[in-house]
Amino acid sequence: MLVFERRREPSRFWTAITPVLAVLVTLIAGGIMFAILGKNPVEAIKTIFWAPIFDPNLSAYARPQILVKAAPLVLIAIGLSIGFKANIWNIGAEGQYIMGAILGGGVALAFYPLEAWWIFPLMIVSGIVGGIAWAMIPALLKIKFRTNEILVSLMLVYVSEHFLASVSLGLLRNPDGIGFPGSRNLQHYTSASNGELFVGTGIHLGVIVALVSIFALYGLIRFHRLGFQVRVTGQSVRISRFAGVNPNLMVIFCLAASGGLAGLAGIFELSGPAGQLSIDFNVGYGFTAIIVAFLGRLNPFGIALAALLMSLTYIGGDLAQFMLNLPSAAIQALQGMLLFFLLSMDFLSQYRITIKHWARG
Amino acid sequence: MDFAAINPLIFFSTMVAASIPVLLAALGELVVEKSGVLNLGVEGMMIIGAVCGFIAIYHTGSPLFGVLASIIAGGLLALIFGILTQVLHSNQVATGLALTLFGLGLSALLGQPYAGIKPPTFPKPDFGLLGDLPVLGQLFFKYDYLVYVAFILVVGVSYFLNRTRGGLILRSIGENHDAAHALGYHVVRVRLAAIMFGGGCAGLGGGYLAMIRVPQWTEGMTAGVGWIALALVVFASWRPYRVILGAFLFGGVTLLQLNLQAVGIKVNPAYLSMAPYLITIVALVVISGSSNRLSTQAPGSLGRLFHKTM
Amino acid sequence: MTRNILQKVFAILASIFLTFSLAHAEPAKVGFIYVGPVGDFGWTYEHDQGRLAVEEAFGDKVETSYVENVPEGADAERVLTQMALAGNDLIFTTSFGYMDPTINVAAKFPDVKFEHATGYKRADNVSIYSARFYEGRAVIGHIAGKMTKTNQIGYIASFPIPEVIRGINSAYIHAKKVNPDVEFKIVWVFTWFDPAKEADAAQTLIEQGVDVIMQHTDSTAPMTIAEEKGIFAFGQASDMMEFGPTARLSSIIDNWAPYYVARTQALLDGTWESVDVWDGISTGMVEIGEFSDRIPEDVRAEAQAMADAISDGSYHPFTGPINRQDGSAWLGDGEIADDGTLLGMNFYVEGLSGSIPN
Repeated sequence: MLVFERRREPSRFWTAITPVLAVLVTLIAGGIMFAILGKNPVEAIKTIFWAPIFDPNLSAYARPQILVKAAPLVLIAIGLSIGFKANIWNIGAEGQYIMGAILGGGVALAFYPLEAWWIFPLMIVSGIVGGIAWAMIPALLKIKFRTNEILVSLMLVYVSEHFLASVSLGLLRNPDGIGFPGSRNLQHYTSASNGELFVGTGIHLGVIVALVSIFALYGLIRFHRLGFQVRVTGQSVRISRFAGVNPNLMVIFCLAASGGLAGLAGIFELSGPAGQLSIDFNVGYGFTAIIVAFLGRLNPFGIALAALLMSLTYIGGDLAQFMLNLPSAAIQALQGMLLFFLLSMDFLSQYRITIKHWARG
Repeated sequence: MDFAAINPLIFFSTMVAASIPVLLAALGELVVEKSGVLNLGVEGMMIIGAVCGFIAIYHTGSPLFGVLASIIAGGLLALIFGILTQVLHSNQVATGLALTLFGLGLSALLGQPYAGIKPPTFPKPDFGLLGDLPVLGQLFFKYDYLVYVAFILVVGVSYFLNRTRGGLILRSIGENHDAAHALGYHVVRVRLAAIMFGGGCAGLGGGYLAMIRVPQWTEGMTAGVGWIALALVVFASWRPYRVILGAFLFGGVTLLQLNLQAVGIKVNPAYLSMAPYLITIVALVVISGSSNRLSTQAPGSLGRLFHKTM
Repeated sequence: MTRNILQKVFAILASIFLTFSLAHAEPAKVGFIYVGPVGDFGWTYEHDQGRLAVEEAFGDKVETSYVENVPEGADAERVLTQMALAGNDLIFTTSFGYMDPTINVAAKFPDVKFEHATGYKRADNVSIYSARFYEGRAVIGHIAGKMTKTNQIGYIASFPIPEVIRGINSAYIHAKKVNPDVEFKIVWVFTWFDPAKEADAAQTLIEQGVDVIMQHTDSTAPMTIAEEKGIFAFGQASDMMEFGPTARLSSIIDNWAPYYVARTQALLDGTWESVDVWDGISTGMVEIGEFSDRIPEDVRAEAQAMADAISDGSYHPFTGPINRQDGSAWLGDGEIADDGTLLGMNFYVEGLSGSIPN
């Protein structure tokens, strides 16, 4: 019979090899699905995983776009991973992302059409504040009433979505938009526009900040006392008290960090690639980032890789749709499979599988 | 122009019928959470149930087959979640989210040939004279079969959880899996069964949407009901009978808002739609703040990893 | 010297070869970007029917492709850029929210032509097109006014935007004209597509005594409920006949096919230029679905006459005298509404009760 034994330390070899293995298995399973749908499996796989990076026509644009699409995922996942390490579960990043965008965008639009250098930094800070404020609700309720933060933060996502609908049809509706829903486009407001830094790449400040956040997290966890405290809290709240950690402050810190980064991602996205606050502004980065955080094993560099992989499947998926007429549902199903395989194979790095014979007598 | 124009009897019976999908899904999730597992993939399991139920009833013409297909499809999808989280120890939150993504994609693929088709009618029971009773007839005897099934299921789940040995084992596993394991209970097996039950219920809820409530198959037709079910379990503070109350509240607020508009009373739909979620948070605060820990019913091991130690 | 000449000869030969191969081998590429799934049987479905009509009409000369479920915003801009890079010559962007992304991408690809549906921003290589659905609503408003027994007509509205408000006003004016006692019950559902919620809305309206339902949302759920409850309804976006064989009186069908075919033809002929098109019944962009037998003969004739009059331009659905809801004058006797006001319409006409939510 097969027996699973937990390894004392995750195996380095398997940690490195399982993601590759999972992608390979996905390619096979996905290929079978594409074949069933009547498409050439090799071509479909090539279009999704290879074309965005290497196709001579498309890669020049698609390569930086992978970074652009990965940036909000990295920012949010980096923030979430701090909390997850400490066993503090914020799954409402989607709501904090929305509220960051609403507050940041609202502050910037309040000054329209004034042009001034301080509007941009003020907008960014407001975005962070919006995210933190929204995350403080589950944090304070948890401290004060021991309320489960998973559930409160999730509930607040729905509240923020309704709030978004309300402001994009009301308070923040573009007065020059002849009655259509949606705010003014921040791309057209020079002082608030988070434009591209390198012409033709679409790379904006948010991508750079996401990159910085990876190293910042690494530094924090590795070298700072706070990183140690986070890890201890994750192992046991009781032990952490002996280590001089105030659990309440830890809850505040973790939710503020994840909420603030989610809000930051929201305002970068709004003022940059999206431009406009509308009913459909949020596209699920907050939830995808949770998956990204786990795929990256809560390690900053792992998170970066996982975000790039997810981003690649989005961009390759678009290509496969209009180049091969694959339905978007097939791309979704493929992403689902990829996640299943990645999550399940993680097992191999945590456990040793041995064969044990039934002992008699 | 006034409240009097809303007939409370009709309002009530419409609300009951409208709340069934979310009621079923929440009831299933409640059992899953009672066993200590958090499955965020309810939306994915519901929509798979919706499409498979539709396909089955369309081809066989048999409502029974439709119902069975919904349950089995939801249960099978849940089994993927179960194997990943219970056997391969993957993270429950991430796996649940992936399950939703996969379910939405797969259902759309399966359903492609069935868009824009009308399914056979789902029969309603005939209560004869009972249905003609004034007030009572309208209140109790005008629904389709699954409404009664759903309510019987609530009673059954409540009885199982609180009055049977199996329920006790399930709850003790949810409360403290290490202790339950030490007592010799099969944590993984019980949880797998609970997860599949939850999937079956969610699938049936989806099937109800596609076969009775709407009835048709359209891509993405669950439109977020699965997420509301998650909220509902919390609102109900993990008690089956309160799930009914919550389902009425969530369904009722939407209906109330539509009714108020129809009779010409000015409302702000966005703020009214937020209300159930805010109420859920308040309810959560109240139950978490209460001094008696046992009265909260919240499973102690919810979402935590269990690993058998030899 | 000789090398130079040789190079020139090669260059000329190469260019001839290129022109030759382009003219004969390469089909023109036409792309579509959709906000919903093609299987929604509403808005996106009808645009995709238009795409299929282009394939049908041009065969090997044109190659079409599409991307569905693209959120409005950053993702739309990326998808459009990729489609332009992949060599599409003409791209239809079929949702209002694609407006700014379309303009941005069009600026980067001056050689690619774009057509944006329902917006108001144009460029040298960006046309805008939309349909005068209010013309169709006038016709079905007339039928609804005649067919209601309870004098209560239900209207399921999506979002409070000019397009939707225009439709409500047009339908109401024409229902009222033939039935002075008629009342509209309007329910805003704040979604374009949510079958369960639309079903609930239909149910609620029926409980409130309406016996005719109009909808400005995309799913077929209200039609199904109307059929079940034995009242009347109208198809929206597509015909919806199969969902309400007895309930359905007529329908307003979005028919993009003639426009898409014409614009593709212009592309092939090299005559494509940026236009601002707002077409209605006359060009067939708005199609009135077949009248049901349940409508009395004379009403059918009146409705047909109105559709014909709108089509030949002798009648405009917004012809004065029409007052605003607050009683102030909007259009004088015989005055016709200008397109500017219609495009930004944000008020109810006199007689409608309730207020537009914001």
